[in-house]
Amino acid sequence: MSIAVARRSSLPGFGLTMGLTLTWLSIIILLPLAGLFLKTFELSLDQFWGIITSRRTLNALKISFGLSFLAALVNLVMGTIIVWALVRYRFPGRRLFDAIVDIPFALPTAVAGVALTQLFAQKGWLGAPLAELGIKVAFTPIGIFIAMVFIGIPFVVRTVQPVLIDLDVEIEEAAASLGANRWHTVFRVILPSLIPALLTGFALAFARAVGEYGSVIFIAGNLPNVSEIAPLLIVIRLSEFRYADATAIAVVMLLASFLIIFAVNRLQRWAQTRIPAH
Amino acid sequence: MTIEVKNIVKKFGSFAALDNVDLKVDQGELLALLGPSGSGKTTLLRIIAGLDWPDAGEVLIDDEDALARGASERHVGFVFQHYALFRHMTVFENVAFGLRVQPRAIRKDEATIRARVKELLDLVQLDWLSDRYPSQLSGGQRQRIALARALAIEPRILLLDEPFGALDAKVRKELRQWLRSLHSEIHVTSIFVTHDQEEALEVANRVVVMDKGRIEQIGTPGEVYDHPATAFVHGFIGESIVLPVDVSGGSVRLGGRPLNIAANGAASGASKLFVRRHDMHIGPAGSGSLEGAVRHVRSFGPIQRAEVALSDGEGKTVIEIDAPRDRELQAGEIVSLQPRRYRIFAAQD
Repeated sequence: MSIAVARRSSLPGFGLTMGLTLTWLSIIILLPLAGLFLKTFELSLDQFWGIITSRRTLNALKISFGLSFLAALVNLVMGTIIVWALVRYRFPGRRLFDAIVDIPFALPTAVAGVALTQLFAQKGWLGAPLAELGIKVAFTPIGIFIAMVFIGIPFVVRTVQPVLIDLDVEIEEAAASLGANRWHTVFRVILPSLIPALLTGFALAFARAVGEYGSVIFIAGNLPNVSEIAPLLIVIRLSEFRYADATAIAVVMLLASFLIIFAVNRLQRWAQTRIPAH
Repeated sequence: MTIEVKNIVKKFGSFAALDNVDLKVDQGELLALLGPSGSGKTTLLRIIAGLDWPDAGEVLIDDEDALARGASERHVGFVFQHYALFRHMTVFENVAFGLRVQPRAIRKDEATIRARVKELLDLVQLDWLSDRYPSQLSGGQRQRIALARALAIEPRILLLDEPFGALDAKVRKELRQWLRSLHSEIHVTSIFVTHDQEEALEVANRVVVMDKGRIEQIGTPGEVYDHPATAFVHGFIGESIVLPVDVSGGSVRLGGRPLNIAANGAASGASKLFVRRHDMHIGPAGSGSLEGAVRHVRSFGPIQRAEVALSDGEGKTVIEIDAPRDRELQAGEIVSLQPRRYRIFAAQD
């Protein structure tokens, strides 16, 4: 039935594009994932369970997901403030700042990692004063967190920015004419209207932080159980030729990421039904 | 509540949006600001609401300086052309918003707020939509909700910016009548902005005609229609035939030929003769001061609209006339025309 409809459609090419889409997605995404799962079947259930519940794996997962979550939260707050300033005010250098936001997108992650490590090392520009305060950033979980904040910020900014631009100034004027002060206008009118975009930005920043490898390993110090992220543990297992171990951790990461993204997606869907685009 | 606007000047760059505007609105009036786009009517409304600030001048609401207060302190209801409803809130919460954000000291309790919102939704006849979101409503319904929301704070005055501008013709007409009857029910001093003369004439008690940042005329709908003060008003309100004429010593000439009409005290010199389409009497050839050939006739409703090419030498001047249907006109017929009612304004206007 649906194919019959498609045939009569005024947009030809359904069969071709649909076929290409499915083939392409299968080769690029589904096949590698299937391979990942298949590889884990080399392990017995006990072995699998042993690997993923080992102290080192659990700690690595905790560090990866926990810090990613925190970094995404910080990015959500700071990103929203940055978007507000970029969209709402006209100041000298606005376009420059706007461009700067994209740097973490474009910069090779290893370069970012080296730069951050230099900056926060014990003798770095920021590392030295912080060290005097007794705060050690480089080679600790705080360093991981900072790298994750760095690479996640453009995701929030670029997701929320267009939505805030589209937000009608009239609704703020309406709020003001109804007697609302700035506080009420921001927290009852503007932010709730941005919720779907904020959730998307958060999810993207979070997913990126979980998957981040390059910039993190330079600054992390990579002490097992303390500052070792899950992707690094996978690499270590691979270099030890323990492929099944590596894939077991990968599968857990995959499932966890999927669950979290799914949850955010549901939340977003729920918000979207309440706040349609127009 | 009364509104008084004194010598308001507002410039956007070098463009004068408002050029020394004075206006007084009486208690309980329903006033229309009518003018083409760019005439400054919306700017004036926004200044009264506190959404824009004038470069010079005064705004008094109830003899109290309104410019000393921001929009949120003026207690002025404002209705936007594109509704500006809060799309993440239900209809109910939209209407309740103004009550919920009141300072704690005067905020009503939940039960009172609910009762008040219910009352307002009843007033706009949409209480059955209270749990919907704005995106689920039609344009006309949204605008009624926007009005209920503005009324919730019991505003001292109500300002409406092209309230029906985004609606289709039929809904527009319904809402017009509805607004008028609503106003006679609640009697809050109201100003609405429109570029639609029919809307202004039909709804308002008084009409303020604006052009290029100035007020051209203030009067009842009858006054501005029947006694336009300037050429602009005559041309803007109602359909007019405009003919270039020369006035000299009390006689009026069109293309050198004298017209059989009095100058009515119009000054000598190049002038414009304004006649309403339906004020041009059509008679048999030779009986009036103008003559022309009917080129085309369209009949609808109670009138027939005829295109007449005036025989003023070249036959290039074509005018449209509304005639009653008691005598059917034929294309090609030669008729004579006589203005029954007309106005003459100096040409530079």
